[in-house]
Amino acid sequence: MLEDLTLKFEKALKKITGQGRLTENNIADTLREIRRVLLDADVNYKVAKQFIDDVKQKALGREVLASVTPGQLVTKIIYDELTKLMGGSSKGLTLNPTGVTVILIVGLQGSGKTTFSAKLSRHLTELKRKVLLTAADVYRPAAVEQLKQLGAQINAPVYSVEGSQDAVKIARDSIVYAKKNGLNTVIIDTAGRLHVDEEMMREIVAIKKAVNPTEVLFVVDSMTGQDAVNSAKAFHESVEFDGIVLTKLDGDSRGGCALSIRAVVNKPVKFISAGEKLDTIEIFHPDRLASRILGKGDIVSLVEKAQKQVDEKEAEELQKKLLSNKFDFDDFLKQIRMIKKMGSLKSLLAMVPGLNKALRNADIDDKQLVVVESIIQSMTKEERRNPRILNGSRRRRIARGSGNSIQDVNRLIKQYKEMQKMMKRFKNNKGMINLSNFGLN
Amino acid sequence: MSSFSDKLKKLKEGLNRTKDKIVTQISESISGKAIIDEDVLEEIEEILISSDVNYEIVEKIIEKARVKLRETKERSKVNLIEIIKKEFEEILQNYKVESEIIKFNDFKPYVILVVGVNGAGKTTTIAKLANIYKNKGFKVLIGSGDTFRAAANEQLEIWGGRVGVQIVNKKQGSDPSAVAFETLSIAKKENVDVVIIDTAGRLHTKHNLMEELGKIKRVLGKVLQHAPNDVFLVVDGNTGQNALVQAREFSKFTQLTGLIITKLDGTAKGGMVFSVCSELNIPIKYVGVGEGIDDLLEFNPNEFVQALFG
Ligand SMILES: Nc1nc2c(ncn2[C@@H]2O[C@H](COP(=O)(O)OP(=O)(O)OP(=O)(O)O)[C@@H](O)[C@H]2O)c(=O)[nH]1
Ligand SMILES: [Mg+2]
Repeated sequence: MLEDLTLKFEKALKKITGQGRLTENNIADTLREIRRVLLDADVNYKVAKQFIDDVKQKALGREVLASVTPGQLVTKIIYDELTKLMGGSSKGLTLNPTGVTVILIVGLQGSGKTTFSAKLSRHLTELKRKVLLTAADVYRPAAVEQLKQLGAQINAPVYSVEGSQDAVKIARDSIVYAKKNGLNTVIIDTAGRLHVDEEMMREIVAIKKAVNPTEVLFVVDSMTGQDAVNSAKAFHESVEFDGIVLTKLDGDSRGGCALSIRAVVNKPVKFISAGEKLDTIEIFHPDRLASRILGKGDIVSLVEKAQKQVDEKEAEELQKKLLSNKFDFDDFLKQIRMIKKMGSLKSLLAMVPGLNKALRNADIDDKQLVVVESIIQSMTKEERRNPRILNGSRRRRIARGSGNSIQDVNRLIKQYKEMQKMMKRFKNNKGMINLSNFGLN
Repeated sequence: MSSFSDKLKKLKEGLNRTKDKIVTQISESISGKAIIDEDVLEEIEEILISSDVNYEIVEKIIEKARVKLRETKERSKVNLIEIIKKEFEEILQNYKVESEIIKFNDFKPYVILVVGVNGAGKTTTIAKLANIYKNKGFKVLIGSGDTFRAAANEQLEIWGGRVGVQIVNKKQGSDPSAVAFETLSIAKKENVDVVIIDTAGRLHTKHNLMEELGKIKRVLGKVLQHAPNDVFLVVDGNTGQNALVQAREFSKFTQLTGLIITKLDGTAKGGMVFSVCSELNIPIKYVGVGEGIDDLLEFNPNEFVQALFG
């Protein structure tokens, strides 16, 4: 079991030793590949170029951990930057504690505004807001009727004016109506419009002016391609929106348009709409979108997981101990716990690049980690620090105490010794051991 | 009618902006040197990718153009852009088929099923199609197969009133296959020439909803052996690379016979159709250029490519 594993780790680690620092040369291929990935995910041509250039500048010269290749490291940096960019100034919806909060919903035709308006209404009602839906799409046939029916489904009042063609007046009047009726939140659903339609853009500007919204949300179909930059920019220039809503994410689009929009209009994604049912509204997770755009790279999630979970200080300490060869059972236990924190061992291993197939398929049982943990926990402080004192009777006591067999205990101690030997070898080979290797593996 | 030519003008204007940029770029560098400048190639790449043409296709076509350019003696005089345009036109030309309208007299009623993701423009396009067919003297009947979305019936009903065609519908929540069945039955009785069946928008990733489409199609075939004669996929012109996946999936369940690209009155160029056409062997039938009843143009490969580049 574990014994086997350590041997295999050792081999694998040798295979995937680090390559010093990131250079133009050792990341060129990966960057080219990532550019392509971004373009395939509908990230705008210019945005992708700029983004990759920026990341490259930041990445050059960075030290490469022993456990990853330059390509993997730069991928991770890209992922981090992407997450940062998408998350940025991310904050929720602004809701006024007093008075009426007005939320104006804008976007292109067919982007999902009406459905989202109803979802948001339901969501805010759950947050104890008193919501009014305003039907200000006076153009699309039966748009008003659609909102009315959705409102009825979620028990939200809908403000509409039969036969009116004056969206500005409807919007303005709905706020008066809300105040009169003790409603503190108004969501205004507007007609879809193209950013090049001057007349319609004038209308949305007039609506905004008339209602002075607390929030303007730009609703965009996640399947949108390269042109997202143009429509978002134009909408932003006209109505200056506060946030983005990404819809139809229950499909399989990669959602690169969100990055494009983010790049040209520095506004956060505030909601995700992922389904036709009215409870499918979600808060936005930048990291999830980042991996979606990158195609859910396994490497990225591995590096990410490891990075997140390994407490750097603890790692440093362990490293020092390894170097001075004072690696005891307490350290062993810490390491086991780190591995456990990182999730299933097997799924982690499957993601480690360079590990050969045999190892990836090796039957590694997370339960074994539990056994190891329980054995170490049954040791006294003294025993953990000084494993040499573990004689026969102590071993028997530990076995009984931890509910394992004496063989299990013996095996563990043998493995510990192997491990110590291995550490020594590492130390002699390289002089420097980066503990993230062990955290990872 | 004025709105129609307005829209066309708008479409062309938008596209001309692109043209000016690229054509000056190319003629400058080509007349100067015999070799294509890397900058020019990059510029072309940018224009194509910014139009949502798939990366792989861009690479392939640029490579082909390079080779062709190399084979020509008078390289400096060759207009690289013409070569590239021809390549793109060829992709579309390969899949050009005759208009469905000339077949209307051979099948009675001629049946068209319209499918697509949510908000693509199916219902509006159906109204526009019905209008075209009606104006050519055919009796049209529309089946309101979107029994799911709120007010879908009402929306189609309003369009029916505007165009002057009858709509068959059932109440929300009914089985769309039943609507399809009933529409065909009525069409047979009432001597209808063309039947168009609307369907609820659905994401191609939802297996059960895609199966539902398959079922609608089978039911149509049971009532009338030749039905549906056509299955049109409506794709939002703003869509990026996902269009190919959409087309692939819809084709699996309904064997598409044509594409309709909507919302080309904006600034999106619809370049993703090249991968759809070439992978799935289906022609583009129409393009939507507005929300008005006349804003549907018959697809013209030459113009479309011209529009990409000017
Ligand atoms: N500018 C423009 N808008 C269009 C075009 N075609 C459709 N639309 C608009 O796009 C929106 C959605 O159109 P629908 O016809 O309702 O789309 P659908 O595919 O039937 O939508 P669902 O049935 O809800 O899935 C409407 O606001 C239409 O007016 C077009 O060619 N240009
Ligand atoms: Mg519809």
